[in-house]
Amino acid sequence: MKKSGFTMHPVRKKRLLIVLFVFFGLALAVTLTMQALNQNINLFYPPDEMVDGSAPQNIQIRAGGMVKADSLNRLHDSLEVRFTISDLKGSEFPVKYVGILPDMFREGQGVIATGKLLDNGTFEATEVLAKHDENYMPPELQDMVKKNDS
Amino acid sequence: MGAVLLLSVGTVWGLAFAPADYQQGNSFRIMYIHVPTAIVAQSSYMMMGVAGLILLVWRMKLADVVAAAIVPLGFSMTLIALFTGAIWGKPTWGTWWIWDARTTSMLVLLFLFIGVGALRDAISSVETAGRACAVLAVVGMINIPIIKYSVDWWLTLHQSSSISLTSAPTMPSSMWVPLLLNILGMYCFFGAVLTSAVRTGILIREQNTVWVAEVVAGEVDNDVF
Repeated sequence: MKKSGFTMHPVRKKRLLIVLFVFFGLALAVTLTMQALNQNINLFYPPDEMVDGSAPQNIQIRAGGMVKADSLNRLHDSLEVRFTISDLKGSEFPVKYVGILPDMFREGQGVIATGKLLDNGTFEATEVLAKHDENYMPPELQDMVKKNDS
Repeated sequence: MGAVLLLSVGTVWGLAFAPADYQQGNSFRIMYIHVPTAIVAQSSYMMMGVAGLILLVWRMKLADVVAAAIVPLGFSMTLIALFTGAIWGKPTWGTWWIWDARTTSMLVLLFLFIGVGALRDAISSVETAGRACAVLAVVGMINIPIIKYSVDWWLTLHQSSSISLTSAPTMPSSMWVPLLLNILGMYCFFGAVLTSAVRTGILIREQNTVWVAEVVAGEVDNDVF
């Protein structure tokens, strides 16, 4: 007599179980590997790790965060710029960079800098990349937002 | 037809009429190509993985034809997504390429497509090749959630998602409507090309059967007429 409902051929059922077992076993292995490598997969050190000493000193690393408002300081006779990277939650560190900043570099926007953390807590950058967020807005709308804020 | 309509409206709207971004200016417009190809690339891999599962468990020959037809399509989509990403990255980030979690996992997807394609070519028996590719395709599906959530799980240079099924888009409708049209259009394009490739794939695989011979004979008669 035919059973009601969904039934599967035993051979197919066995194959399905093997495939699922292998897949989830591998998925688990990958998950654990990713967990173990978590720190290495992160592209950069956030400001709090730069300040509390978890970021290594004097070797090449990447550091990132928001450029603090009104912190950008350009030297008049060279390409040297200084600014502060902050996480807007209290942790911040000064950055020194000689070179041309990307077009998208703005105070209040994210950046990722490659360089060395010096003993005095200053980050000496050799490359600065601009990070933009996932929000897009027409310029007119931005003007309206500014007007409402002020 | 739907694909052509959606893609042309979405692209022209996105590239010519949508407003420029307040930070990125016109550079952000490449999103109208980058996002649809990246989404369809990942979906096509999922589809190949599911087809692989069906082949391994139910031994349906059609699933293998579909999986084989997806490879060049998915590869092209991934390549376009990576290429437009590089073009977008240069003016906005300041670099063509960075080894962050999102870009690296997307490169892994490209290598998976290359790997599945190469594996099929390397094994002469159609049946063995199909099963080997199915195993690789199923295992490679682990990479898809990694790509999707890479920007949330780790610190990356790549920004988070702007559009999702569950939350409001992070841009005004004048920007996301053309993007949505292009995503739908890209799916239709993928569907249309895939259907035609599968049709050809079935005919090639069944070339020694009577029914294919009859179909081909019919075609020849029609041509003469």
